[in-house]
Formats: sequence, structure tokens, C-alpha cells
Amino acid sequence: MTDSNRMWLTRPLTEGSTRLFLGLLAAAMTAVVLMHLVFPEGHALHMSIYTVTLMGKYLCYALLAVAVDLVWGYLGILSLGHGAFFAVGGYAMGMYLMRQIGTRGEYGHPVLPDFMVFLNWDQLPWYWHGFDMAWFAFLMVLLAPAALAFVFGYLAFRSRVTGVYLSIMTQALTFALMLAFYRNEMGFGGNNGFTDFKDLLGFSLLTDGTRLGLFIATGVALAIGYVLCRAIVTSKLGRVSVACRDAEARTRFLGYRVERVQLFIFVVSAMLAGVAGALYVPQAGIINPNQFSPIFSIEIVLWVALGGRATLYGAVIGALVVNYAKSVFTGIMPEAWLFALGGLFVFVTVFLPKGIAGLLPKKKRPDDDDSDTTAQEATA
Amino acid sequence: MSIFTEFTERDRVFDFLAPTASPVDVRHGPILYLEDVTVSFDGFRAIDDLNLTIDDGELRCIIGPNGAGKTTMMDIITGKTRPDTGSVWFGSRHNLLRMNEPDIASLGIGRKFQKPTVFEALSVFENLELAMAADKRVFPTLTARLTGEHRDRIGEVLEMTGLKDLWRREAGVLSHGQKQWLEIGMLLMQRPRLLLVDEPVAGMTEQEMERTAELLTGLAGQQSVVVVEHDMGFVRSIARTVTVLHQGSVLAEGSMDAVSNDPKVVEVYLGEGI
Ligand SMILES: Nc1ncnc2c1ncn2[C@@H]1O[C@H](COP(=O)(O)OP(=O)(O)OP(=O)(O)O)[C@@H](O)[C@H]1O
Ligand SMILES: [Mg+2]
Repeated sequence: MTDSNRMWLTRPLTEGSTRLFLGLLAAAMTAVVLMHLVFPEGHALHMSIYTVTLMGKYLCYALLAVAVDLVWGYLGILSLGHGAFFAVGGYAMGMYLMRQIGTRGEYGHPVLPDFMVFLNWDQLPWYWHGFDMAWFAFLMVLLAPAALAFVFGYLAFRSRVTGVYLSIMTQALTFALMLAFYRNEMGFGGNNGFTDFKDLLGFSLLTDGTRLGLFIATGVALAIGYVLCRAIVTSKLGRVSVACRDAEARTRFLGYRVERVQLFIFVVSAMLAGVAGALYVPQAGIINPNQFSPIFSIEIVLWVALGGRATLYGAVIGALVVNYAKSVFTGIMPEAWLFALGGLFVFVTVFLPKGIAGLLPKKKRPDDDDSDTTAQEATA
Repeated sequence: MSIFTEFTERDRVFDFLAPTASPVDVRHGPILYLEDVTVSFDGFRAIDDLNLTIDDGELRCIIGPNGAGKTTMMDIITGKTRPDTGSVWFGSRHNLLRMNEPDIASLGIGRKFQKPTVFEALSVFENLELAMAADKRVFPTLTARLTGEHRDRIGEVLEMTGLKDLWRREAGVLSHGQKQWLEIGMLLMQRPRLLLVDEPVAGMTEQEMERTAELLTGLAGQQSVVVVEHDMGFVRSIARTVTVLHQGSVLAEGSMDAVSNDPKVVEVYLGEGI
């Protein structure tokens, strides 16, 4: 059992399933990049930059799904509000992109974004300061969702709210934020949100190179997020988390502070969701309050359920499959999409209770590798 | 091999099970002290003016008919249920009514539940690993590594509980009796100062009961043990002092013989023969 002696952060890299995942991800990304760069336009194998960006958005969703699987699959907290953390991360990135526009906006104001000029505001609200600096904005991409998750989680877990009640509260959270962000006075662009972004870190968002770079950055973020989550779930804390999921009271009697374990994992998950949102916004070119809509948060949970809970890679598969199906479907008959999604969900719950991941060959338990050494050592 | 001999020499204490340093202060009296404790559920007094004292190192058996309040008493000691009145002290320093479950557990009070509760999705080994006395805060748990010493301790407990060959199994697939053993093993991993054991031998064979009896009597002395059990044969085989609970309060207390001849006790058990 050499693995468990490794530093918790590097432990997943010794695991076969993690290497396989990273290998497949790298191969798929290389294929996309090559198909875009090597084959000329018009060639059958050419991939347009539009499609590359679409793939980039899927990868954002995959990272979001991994974040949800961490709290739902391994901690048993069914969050129906993770879209809120995604959106908050997205808004933090959006604020940076808005300030990058500078004098190139419609009104040409050097500091104020267009919508503020339009509302006759004469100065920047206090919470917009600092977002002209990339490092600050990127820090906020992590800290803003973390703070939101911390306050929400602290109150909920301390009062031992669990199960359905907690799920309803997370729905209420994202719904309340949606209503708040619709309001112009909030200073986040009301129902139009932010759009017409120009550049990111000095690179124009309109060029193919930047878009390709964003796609690669998203893949790297997914890889890091995946390894981080895997490191957590294979650590002792990950096992404690499963213990909290299955027998919360028992875990307390062993001396673990269940509410702190829940809070920690919930906050980490919210930060990953925030990063996913931040990478999504420059690729989608827009962020608006619809991102907070309760339906979106429910959809994320469906991706994870379809892909297979408590596997992490299942979440990735689910997010990719469902979103690909969605873009195909909405192209053919947009009205039918929600029915198709519902039908797919029913199908999977009835016939594939473990999701798509349940069809894959079963992963060996990490303990299996080292046969009976522990037991033998004990008697030695 | 050494473990095996240690296990067979019944008069020897298992030193690897010695409790970890607990801050409990027992210089001036008992390790556990319940005074005038009362708990009502919707007006029904499950615990009614209960007084109980457990000395350091004592092995105490608690018997009583169904619904006497035995499990509820353990719930109160471990912080799961708050009494309406009364006081509960662990040693002379710790007021348990002011603490929550994890704090009480870290003070050195371990508990085995009446209905065996193990972590079904985790392996036998992992169940023991989580129970092991350690720094249980979030970050130390995240970065924890399993050292050879930890592994040895888990191996020892696997051996004692007869689960050695099942260490990789998911706990969920164990039989009822095996889950009982696993829970006892988890209790041993915690190295508590005070063990509260609720019906440990339910679902066990005669032979296993004997092993449990040996184990519990071996622990007493260094650790204090409170056993709730319905099986009178088992109680007789380990009991030194027996407390009879009835309708939430103490009906009788004393040696097994004294208690079983007490007319009040005989009446409660309605000639079931105790
Ligand atoms: N949470 C609760 N709510 C309402 N009533 C309760 C609760 N917990 C216990 N009781 C009641 O308190 C009484 C004592 O229950 P307890 O479980 O302590 O009995 P016990 O002595 O452990 O019995 P057994 O030998 O059957 O395990 C019972 O009548 C039970 O119904
Ligand atoms: Mg009971």
C-alpha cells in the first residue's frame, strides 16, 4: 500500500484511473487542436473555431459537474444551487472583461462600463474597484464563490440542515441571486448582464489564437480540478466525507466535526465551480442573470446522475454527453429538448442506476494492489 | 505472532489498547457521574431522576426490560440527547452537558451502538482507520498518512476481532455478527477511557460471546466499561456490579446474585428468571 504514504496531493497521479483520464483528456484536446490547425478550412476533418469554443464550453461544464460530484457523490449534499457559484465566478471574470473595454465602449467612458453610463451613474460602485487588475479579478473568481459558499454552508451545516431541506435552500439561494442580479441597482448590468467583451490579458477575444488558448486553458483547469478532487476523495478526509454521507451521527461519535468537513468540501467545490464559470464567460461572450436560474442548477445534477455519481469521471462523461445531445437536439427541434432530457433521466434511473460510469469496467479498490501485506505485517 | 500470545494470556492487559492520554480528571472520584437526570419525550419520562456513578477502571453491566431507558442514557452521556434537568460529569473537570458529540468523543468516550452502525461503503480496514485515535480536524485529516505503526495497530485489532481475512471487504456486506465485531474493533481503535457498549453480543454465537466477554473483562482496569445487555448468561459471565434500570431510574444495584434475588427486580422481570 505504497500509495497511501504519498503526499495527499500527488497520490492520484499514481492511480491508473487518473492517468487514464488525464491521458484521454490530453489526447482529445490534442485532436481538437490539430483538427483546427492542420486541416484547411473546407477539409472534411477541419474543426472551425466556433466548434473549438463550443468544446471549451463543454469542458467548463465538465469541471462544474466534477465540482457537483464532489459534494453530491462523496459528501451526500445534493446541491441544487451550484449554478450560483458558477455564475458568481463568471461575473467576477465579466467585471474584469468589462473594465478591459476601457474607452472602446459605445459611450467611450474611460472608467465606467456602458451600462453605468446609460444609468447616469457618475462613479464606479465600491465593489467594482480593483477589477481592472487581472490578478485581483482572478483572485475574486476564487474568493467570491468561496465566500458565498462559506456563509451559506456555515449557517446551514451548523444548524445541521441536511437532505431535502438543504437542497431546497440551495435552490432558494440561486433563485434569490437571480432576482437580485436582474435589478439594475445592483450594478451588474441588470437583465442584460455583461457582453461585448474586447480582450483578456491583452489578447483580443475575437482572434482564433485567443480562443484556442482559452480552450486549452479550460482543459488544463479541468485536469487540475479533477486531480484536486481525486486527491481529496482518496485522502483520509475523503473517507470521512463518505462516512458523513452514509452515517452522519456515527461520524460525530468518532470525534469528527461533521459540519466542518462539509463546509470545507462545499467551499472547495464552490471555488471549482467559480473557476468553471470564469472560463465559460470569455468563451460564451456573455454573462447574464439567467446563469443563476434554478433550472440550470438542476440540469448540472442531471449530468452527474447520468454520468454516474461518486466517480468524478462519470460527471465529466455526463456533462459532455448531455451537452452534446443538447446542441444536436436544439438544432433539430428546440421545444423537445426538455422532454428528451427528462426521458433520458428516467431511462438512466431505471436501467442504469449507476449512470454511464456503471457500464465501464469496475475500478479496483486502491487497497487491492497490495494483496495481504497489512494482514501479514500484523501477524509478523 | 506476539499478538496471538498476548491474546491468549487472559490475565495480561493488551498494552497496545492502552487509552491515549485523556484530559479526564479522576483523582477525586468517579470517571462518570450522573445526578438527577430527567428526560421527557413528548411528556413521557424516558429517564426519570436517574443517578449513576461509574468508577475509574470499573466494568459495569446495566440491565433492564425493553424501554427502560438504557440507550437513552447512553445518548445523554455522548451528547446526542440533552436532558431536561440534572448534571452529567466526566471526571471532576468535564461537564458533558456543555459539549457536543465530537468533543465528547475526543475526550475519550467511545460508543458502540445497539444497532450496529458501520460505514457500509468503506472497507473493514477503512472503518478501523477512521476510528483510530488521531487528530481529527479537517486539515490534519486531509494530509494524514497511514504509517507502519498505524497499520500494525489496525492489524492487531483485525486479529482480535476475527476480521483479518475480511479486511478488504465492504463493511456493508458483513453479517450482523461481523458488523458487531467491526464496531467493537472501531471502539478499540479509538482507545477511549470510557467505553459504552450497547448490546454487544446480539447476533453472536456462544463462542463469539465468550470471546467478547474475554475482551471486555481484559479491557476493564485500564478503561472503564459500561455494558448494556439483555443476555443474562453473558452478563453473569462478566458482571462485577450490575445496575437494573426500570422506567428510567435505578431499581437495584449490586452483585449479580444480590440483584437477581431482589424481589423488586424479580417482579419487574415477571418471573422470566434472571
Ligand atoms: N427520540 C425519542 N423520541 C421519543 N421517544 C423516545 C426517543 N428515544 C427513546 N424514546 C422512548 O424512551 C424509552 C426508552 O427507550 P430506550 O431506547 O432508552 O430503551 P432501552 O432501555 O434501550 O430499550 P431496549 O432494551 O429495547 O433497547 C422508550 O419508551 C422509547 O420509546
Ligand atoms: Mg436500547
